[in-house]
Amino acid sequence: MTATITATSTITDQIHREMPKRRRTHVLPRAAWWVVCICLAVLFLYPIGVMLSQVTPGNVAKVTDASRGISVLQSLGNSAFVSCLATAVTVVASTLARYAFAKLPYRGSRVGFFVTLITFMVPFQAIITPLYIVLRQIGLQNNLVGVALVLATFNLPLGIFLMRNSFATIPTSLEEAAQLDGASTLGAMWRVMLPVAAPGLVSTALLSFFAAWNDFFAALILITDQHLYTLPVSIGILSAQPNFGINFGLMQTGVMITVIPCVIVYLVLQRYYVAGLLGGALK
Amino acid sequence: MTELITRARPRFGRHRMARRRGLLGFLLSVPAFVLLALFFVWPLCGTIYMSLTDWPLLGSPSFVGLENYVQAFRDGQFLQAVGFTLFYTIVITPILLVLAFGLAFLVRRRTRAARVFQTVYFLPVVIGLASGSYIWQFMWQSDIGPTTTLLGDLGILDPTKNFFANFWSAFAIVVGMVTWKVVGLQMLLVLSGIQSIPDEVTEAARIDGANAWQAFWHITVPLLRPTLALVLVFSVAGSLLAFDQFYIMTVGGPSGSTLTAVYEIYRAGFVQFHVGYASALSILLMLVLALVSAGQMLLLRNSDNS
Repeated sequence: MTATITATSTITDQIHREMPKRRRTHVLPRAAWWVVCICLAVLFLYPIGVMLSQVTPGNVAKVTDASRGISVLQSLGNSAFVSCLATAVTVVASTLARYAFAKLPYRGSRVGFFVTLITFMVPFQAIITPLYIVLRQIGLQNNLVGVALVLATFNLPLGIFLMRNSFATIPTSLEEAAQLDGASTLGAMWRVMLPVAAPGLVSTALLSFFAAWNDFFAALILITDQHLYTLPVSIGILSAQPNFGINFGLMQTGVMITVIPCVIVYLVLQRYYVAGLLGGALK
Repeated sequence: MTELITRARPRFGRHRMARRRGLLGFLLSVPAFVLLALFFVWPLCGTIYMSLTDWPLLGSPSFVGLENYVQAFRDGQFLQAVGFTLFYTIVITPILLVLAFGLAFLVRRRTRAARVFQTVYFLPVVIGLASGSYIWQFMWQSDIGPTTTLLGDLGILDPTKNFFANFWSAFAIVVGMVTWKVVGLQMLLVLSGIQSIPDEVTEAARIDGANAWQAFWHITVPLLRPTLALVLVFSVAGSLLAFDQFYIMTVGGPSGSTLTAVYEIYRAGFVQFHVGYASALSILLMLVLALVSAGQMLLLRNSDNS
């Protein structure tokens, strides 16, 4: 008898204990979740705050002053030129090639596709020495076009990869219908394929732009004239002082100018950027 | 006879059409091939050839066979750089992996707040490695760095100390910076892995009596294996190629202890101008990367089958 009483009481006790605990486990982790997330957010944003804290009108005036040797605006222009050219070349070359591989097969196109994907495995850091010599041979040494073409080449496989699904999923009948309506093969590609491939195209463009904009290694080695330096490389010179010291205020101002375009582009086109990253990684 | 011709004609026409389309296809892929030939295949062959020569950047080359490779395995500085690169890779990979999984599970919900936190944690990814390095170099400067002063005021560390003059503190700062900069990307990869697992699978396990931890460990984790492989490869390949952060923040110091493999290639080729030797080091690096890529394929293929 006592045994059954204790048994039932423990069960009801348990239920009673369980009920408020349940609610508590709901409220407490929720609060804990917010605390942890916000603390982490502060940690992640702190370095960006440090950077912004050094940006003063005086520093901005100083880094944009061309009489000090190089102006940050010049580097900004170089970066913009390299990134835009590299992006344009990547997007055009990879779209055309991908379309050809998917819809206009020819003898050797499979081999071509395979060679393109091998580039994925060999980063340009590994062949930088001969690259330097090749650029010298074709007269593109110390030249922004040379840097842009090198960066574009090594972004090609990514572009071709990202647009893989876009073209393959379009039924050939759609293309044939366009051709029956009087469009040429190229016209059909332009009108039927491109709209379908647009998301992949935007992702490719974004990823190659970021890669080129943030590139440090290629510009450091392939460019020798400091007036042609891109932003990441020129920051070191912008912040150097005559007495071998570093002016960190100028450095952080330069970094801010490098970072702001990336952050804005990311926040505006976040959807495509993330889709591109995941598409490139997972598909 | 006439019947034969009329039957043959459309076939002939289709054949010509296919050839024309093939030709057009070839023409369309020419730009990509020109770029790849000029900036990938040719330099790649060049690397192999140059690695067999003694090639001063501005002089004329002479063939030396495998001497550069023999020298590489005797070069104490290079071996140390390789050792350091491996050490760096082994340290940072588990850190990134654990934090990426932690962050992903923290913000995996499809609520507005979780999405905002995802965006915040991912933000450093779009900042270049070079820019991140400049910021963290400033943060940890002795006396004037905001972080050193802050932690000094709290009495946690001595703000007058030069943290880049000591191997362990310099290394810790670089690891911190890279984690901050890269973990958002890894988090995103894990998130997409989690979201590709249908809710019913874990729910079924819970109904069968598994608790939350068991469901996670026995259901979610095995299903995340492809994602895990991917995160691993991203981290390993990236770490083996590390250069920017060490070039900017530690300049390979103190006393060459944080020189990486790519850094050694850079120094051999563009500081000491031993282009042939630098090429041999490049080939060795490529072999390691090829092994990593092969490992990636193997891991991913296995998980596809199971």
